[in-house]
Amino acid sequence: MNSILLAGIIGGVSSFAIGIVLAYFAKKFAVHIDPKIKEIASLLPQVNCGACGFANCETYATAVASGKAEAGRCVPGGSDVAKKISAIIGAESVAIEKKLARVICAGGKDCKDSFVYGGIKTCKAAVLVDGGQKSCQYGCLGFGDCTRICPFDAIHMGDKGLPVVDDKKCTGCGKCVEECPLLVLELVPAPKKTWVMCKSKDSPAETRTNCSSGCIACRMCEKVCPVDAVHVNDNFAKIDYSKCIDCGECARKCPVKVIHHDIPKMVASISDSCIGCTICAKNCPVGAITGELKKKHMVDAAKCVGCGICVTKCPKKAIVLKKAK
Amino acid sequence: MSLIALLISGLFVNNFLLSRFLGLCPFFGVSKKTESALGMGIAATFVMVIASAVTYIIQQYILVPFDVVYLQTVMFILVIAGLVQFVELYLRKFQPDLYNMLGIYLPLITTNCAILGLALLNVTKGLNFIESVVHAVGAGGGFTLALMLMSGIRERLELAQVPKAFSGLPIAFITAAIMALAFMGFSGMI
Repeated sequence: MNSILLAGIIGGVSSFAIGIVLAYFAKKFAVHIDPKIKEIASLLPQVNCGACGFANCETYATAVASGKAEAGRCVPGGSDVAKKISAIIGAESVAIEKKLARVICAGGKDCKDSFVYGGIKTCKAAVLVDGGQKSCQYGCLGFGDCTRICPFDAIHMGDKGLPVVDDKKCTGCGKCVEECPLLVLELVPAPKKTWVMCKSKDSPAETRTNCSSGCIACRMCEKVCPVDAVHVNDNFAKIDYSKCIDCGECARKCPVKVIHHDIPKMVASISDSCIGCTICAKNCPVGAITGELKKKHMVDAAKCVGCGICVTKCPKKAIVLKKAK
Repeated sequence: MSLIALLISGLFVNNFLLSRFLGLCPFFGVSKKTESALGMGIAATFVMVIASAVTYIIQQYILVPFDVVYLQTVMFILVIAGLVQFVELYLRKFQPDLYNMLGIYLPLITTNCAILGLALLNVTKGLNFIESVVHAVGAGGGFTLALMLMSGIRERLELAQVPKAFSGLPIAFITAAIMALAFMGFSGMI
């Protein structure tokens, strides 16, 4: 009985003493932590992607709470998170333009290898050996460094030996863009479904020998673009997204099919509320609308590229875009 | 036993991880990157040294005089847990950078069997205060050394073409086994 009592007393007293000491020092060494930090951190996606320019979500939350960074830097979180964070710190909310990663290469299996690479199977290692095994020095090497770095599991290697971005999962954090040693990936504004899949600066003849899917700088896209958004520089086409209206005419006319576009073709159609003001006909970049003044206008479906300019110009909202037959 | 012999014994001959197989959890959990391995090693060494000193005092001035040595394990765990809590509080206030670097590893050390094992070994070996502390430094150094070696190997293994069935943890286990075999070579030294 005595020994049980003694054990209880010694155990109890020392636990109590340790408890008292810890409680005292917990008060004395207390560190004041802004409750906003925790609140902000709980809103962030906690993937530590670094798109905000900070090492992880925690440091970004701390920086926002102390006013050292603005609310709208979390790209994966998007406008939603930015709005909530702005509400917490009492700042005006900022809209974030959502972007998606796009693969700027259509080569893959279409692009010839100039030698057999037998080293470590990562793009970063392969690029050290004479710029990689592909004959095109701008093309994707296909070892999938981007698929491994993606914190959202949004990139996977496709059948063609090229990475494929899952639009639903991609948040546009840009980790893959940084990881790719050949800068094959680029961030493109999310609503745009049109992009050029080549950035080879080689001469058209060289590109043609290396790869059957490369841009040959024929300037067909330049000619057909209704809004002057695509231009060929350094032997490859590049789209200016501030101008592009996503009509896809360039993709349809491209002889090597190097421009990606996956929206079905649209055709404008004019309803009976048309008053014949001719504004649409004047604004149509391809001359597809004809009609006399004060009479209902007609759209030539064969000429119309579905750019939608007439829809925005029509004062009576009489024009709608429909899927082409 | 001379102090140098104690130190060498902790570092190589009776390496806590590779000969005594104590604290294997961080050996696999934290050995993927050299930086975190070093952080964990330093934190463990730190706690080991303080815990050895404090448990020596507890043993000599509380447990033995009151004749309650059977409470050893309970008391040591209690003291180590309290100690780690205190160290954590102190670091958060005065060394926030070190605190952030150690992160989750610090509270995890509370339940690390290498610390308790060390405290109990000190008692069984009948070491005095100075010897206990030196033994702790050696054990901590050995712990850090093994962790660093392992993380270095694992960083290189990342780039090696490991058969699919062995990639990840299995190859780490095999590596640990070979390392333990290698450390057996030290057993004749002391």
